[in-house]
Amino acid sequence: MELTELTALELGAAIRRGEVSVPQAARAALEAVERQNGALNCFLTVTGERALARAEALQKGVKTANSPLYGVPMAWKDNICTKGVRTTCASRMLEDFTPPYDATAVERLEAAGALCLGKLNMDEFAMGSTSETSFFGPVRNPWDLERSPGGSSGGAAAAVSAGLGWYAVGSDTGGSIRQPAAHCGVTGIKPTYGTVSRYGLIAHASSLDQIGPLGRDAADCAAVLDLLQGRDRRDATSLDGDYGQLLSRLTGDVRGLRVGLPEQCFGDGLDDGVRRAVLAAAQVLKDRGAQLVELSFPVLEYAVPAYYIIASAEASSNLARYDGVKYGWRAREYGGLHELYTQSRTQGFGPEVKRRILLGTFVLSSGYYDAYYQKALQARAVIRNAFDEAFGRCDLLLTPVAPSTAPRLGESLGEPLKMYLGDIYTVPANLAGLPALSMPCGFDSQGLPIGAQLIGPRFGEGRLLNAAHAFQLDTDWHRRAPEGGKRT
Amino acid sequence: MTWETVIGLETHVELATRSKIFCPCTTQFGGQPNTHCCPVCAGLPGALPVLNEKVLEFAVKAGLALNCQIARYSAFDRKNYFYPDLPKAYQISQLYLPIARDGRVELHTSGGDSAVRIHEIHMEEDAGKLVHDPWIDQTRADYNRCGVPLIEIVTEPDFRTADQVIAYLEKLKETLQYLGVSDCKMQEGSLRCDVNLSVRPLGSDELGTRTEMKNLNSFKAIARAIAYEAGRQIRLLGAGGQVAQETRRWDEDREVTCPMRSKEEARDYRYFPEPDLPPVRLGEDYVAALRAARPELAAEKRARYQADYGLSPYDCRMITSDPALARLFEALVELGAPAKQGANWIMGEVLAALSARGMEPGDMKLPPAALTRIIALVEEGRINRNTGVQVFEAVFDGDGDVDAYVREHGLEQVGDTGLVAAAVERALAAHPRSVADFQAGREKALGFLVGQVMRELKGRADPKLVNDLLRRALGVPGAGKAVEKPPQL
Repeated sequence: MELTELTALELGAAIRRGEVSVPQAARAALEAVERQNGALNCFLTVTGERALARAEALQKGVKTANSPLYGVPMAWKDNICTKGVRTTCASRMLEDFTPPYDATAVERLEAAGALCLGKLNMDEFAMGSTSETSFFGPVRNPWDLERSPGGSSGGAAAAVSAGLGWYAVGSDTGGSIRQPAAHCGVTGIKPTYGTVSRYGLIAHASSLDQIGPLGRDAADCAAVLDLLQGRDRRDATSLDGDYGQLLSRLTGDVRGLRVGLPEQCFGDGLDDGVRRAVLAAAQVLKDRGAQLVELSFPVLEYAVPAYYIIASAEASSNLARYDGVKYGWRAREYGGLHELYTQSRTQGFGPEVKRRILLGTFVLSSGYYDAYYQKALQARAVIRNAFDEAFGRCDLLLTPVAPSTAPRLGESLGEPLKMYLGDIYTVPANLAGLPALSMPCGFDSQGLPIGAQLIGPRFGEGRLLNAAHAFQLDTDWHRRAPEGGKRT
Repeated sequence: MTWETVIGLETHVELATRSKIFCPCTTQFGGQPNTHCCPVCAGLPGALPVLNEKVLEFAVKAGLALNCQIARYSAFDRKNYFYPDLPKAYQISQLYLPIARDGRVELHTSGGDSAVRIHEIHMEEDAGKLVHDPWIDQTRADYNRCGVPLIEIVTEPDFRTADQVIAYLEKLKETLQYLGVSDCKMQEGSLRCDVNLSVRPLGSDELGTRTEMKNLNSFKAIARAIAYEAGRQIRLLGAGGQVAQETRRWDEDREVTCPMRSKEEARDYRYFPEPDLPPVRLGEDYVAALRAARPELAAEKRARYQADYGLSPYDCRMITSDPALARLFEALVELGAPAKQGANWIMGEVLAALSARGMEPGDMKLPPAALTRIIALVEEGRINRNTGVQVFEAVFDGDGDVDAYVREHGLEQVGDTGLVAAAVERALAAHPRSVADFQAGREKALGFLVGQVMRELKGRADPKLVNDLLRRALGVPGAGKAVEKPPQL
């Protein structure tokens, strides 16, 4: 048995039964990283020695382990702070930044026995949809090394797809978990805004960012999310609530579940192959007893412009702290304070980050605030209301994740507007703060994975994961692995 | 032409919470640079603010005491600008929905009564401090003050004179101190005031172009800056010139204001709602509870002291000049000290002892019971007042055990008239010259004789008794009544 063929939950069970030791799992993962990272560029930092030492320590406590993921090797997107391990946001600006503290998400998973292998590549400051804006070079898609894995959590999706660790934790501001999950054939979920603490997640757009898992199937994601979610007093936007256990509620029973298909999500601009695969996924759910509901979501067209105004506005403020004064990149030569700022930021940030800072600064400027930012907030409210209305008629929505499958490397960077428009199906859930999941549902004619998205009402994670689990009981798309990944 | 000066104030007050506004770091003044910091107040990537509920409570208390409307829904905004003392490159403040609005403060000055409207009160965080080291020609940043909670109290342009401004600031300071929400120490920067000033022809109801003055570090500086700036603007306009809308800095040494920033250089702060903090919703119960819990303020105490204890307005002002003094006064009375005695000791010995040590009334360690005991011993004639002062000085910094000190130092007054009379006899016999002087009409000689008697009795005699016995022995008519005279304080 190849260890890398197991799901995270299967490996966790084997570890607890004593069939596999934690160091054994760690070595298998590190070997896979060693073998493939050169080609894929998923990992920016591999903490091999640390991981092996931790594996030994975890093995000692294996008998009293109380988490299903105890000892299972995983990795973090590199915008989540890890104490003592550099956290770069894939930017020159933070190339040498080592946080003095752990994110709440890290604390929680580590307390449950997570074994961290290292930090994962991404779009710079999570700005991008292809993982090509990284200062450390693009991530490559394990299904086709000439293609992008999607982004911004491209390193996370590619790593899980190729078997470099059993699961990963990423972040999703406008689709950054779901879209790369779709392009790499893995399952990923962006939880309800406020259910996973953002403390220690380096902010891109604070009102949209959310941490979430990428895994091999819905059950793995449920197990990770069970550990991640919950109120955190260090994040004022985190929510009180009855979180319950997601994993234990995966029954696969979707009888009577009303699955809404918004007509605007299946219209122009969508690849035929993607449309067919997503509608076929709807049919699978219907065959298991779900009910398909056609509905209209006319406000979809406002989502991308509203998203890019709000996200850029918040980003322009969030990224202002990188000024060369306290930490991060500082220009080697500068005349005065003003030049220290401009030179450090000019050199430290890449073009996509600069574009968004400029855009965000503009939309917040005196005289333009009402026309752009204020309008975007209104559009956001309209989109929220549209979801409320939709969830009066159905229990969840099924849509494509992206209009097409993974793009070739290099073909998106020159056309930012086209890239932005590719986020059309994913950004509405962020604007409304809703949970949304991406699951593999087929392959296109070129053998590239296709993802289907499920969007639920607030705190609807359980419903989404159960529907995905039901789908995965009857399909094996999620079991397909790229050749290099040794998952057959 | 007669000109009218129009003034509005923006006052920053540091709140006296133990921890910072968005993190648990201490607000203590001083400390080694960057030791009162954490990822949140140092603005590290990924750190998030969480509102300290005590800050909210203090801001609401201040709003209620200044007769404001308390917002049941308020929110924070980001004020964006680059400066090395601001580690996040934005200050979390309140622009769109401040915590309190539409207040009113009544003022009494020699020029008459007036009222000032409060435009708003908002909560915000303080920035750090930059220290330039000329030896290495480097500027260093100290973030200890980052995140120290402030409220900014903005008035309408309702002041016409510097007297009104000072009266307002004094009342504000007193009110906030009595509420316990700030210690309002200008020298430590816990109360800072920017003055907006314009002038216009008397009778006009249009506002002139205003300037904003900063770096006003004392009430005196504020009064002088107002006088200077009003004069400058009047001269400018009188000569046919125009006032430029700008920020001006008060130069303490030269006693002038100088331009700092013009309107064209004004920053665009790109305010927008702070996404990391949910809006603050306050229930009626919350506001009602704080309203009900408002402590008695200084003016109310003064009125009560006058009515209940018959103290003079001057005494009342003195003993309410600091909430710690008023607390001490009330404790003394509560413990049984006569009110007038309590007030006298506070205004005399207590203030002197504090000032000699450079201490604030709030820092005083002496328990009220100790001072009450000293007052009682003096009242009972067990020690004389000079000895009382000596005991007070001795126990002021220590454990305050008055009886032990009196006992150990044998300070109890000689109560035996016979002993005192014997000492008087001896003094008269030893100093016939002084006796002669006194009888020749030189009153001063009596003082010398009193001193001799007191010296022999090691100061433990009642000076009134000594005086009386001496006069009697010297044959002064009606001398016996001196004993009934009130002590000379």
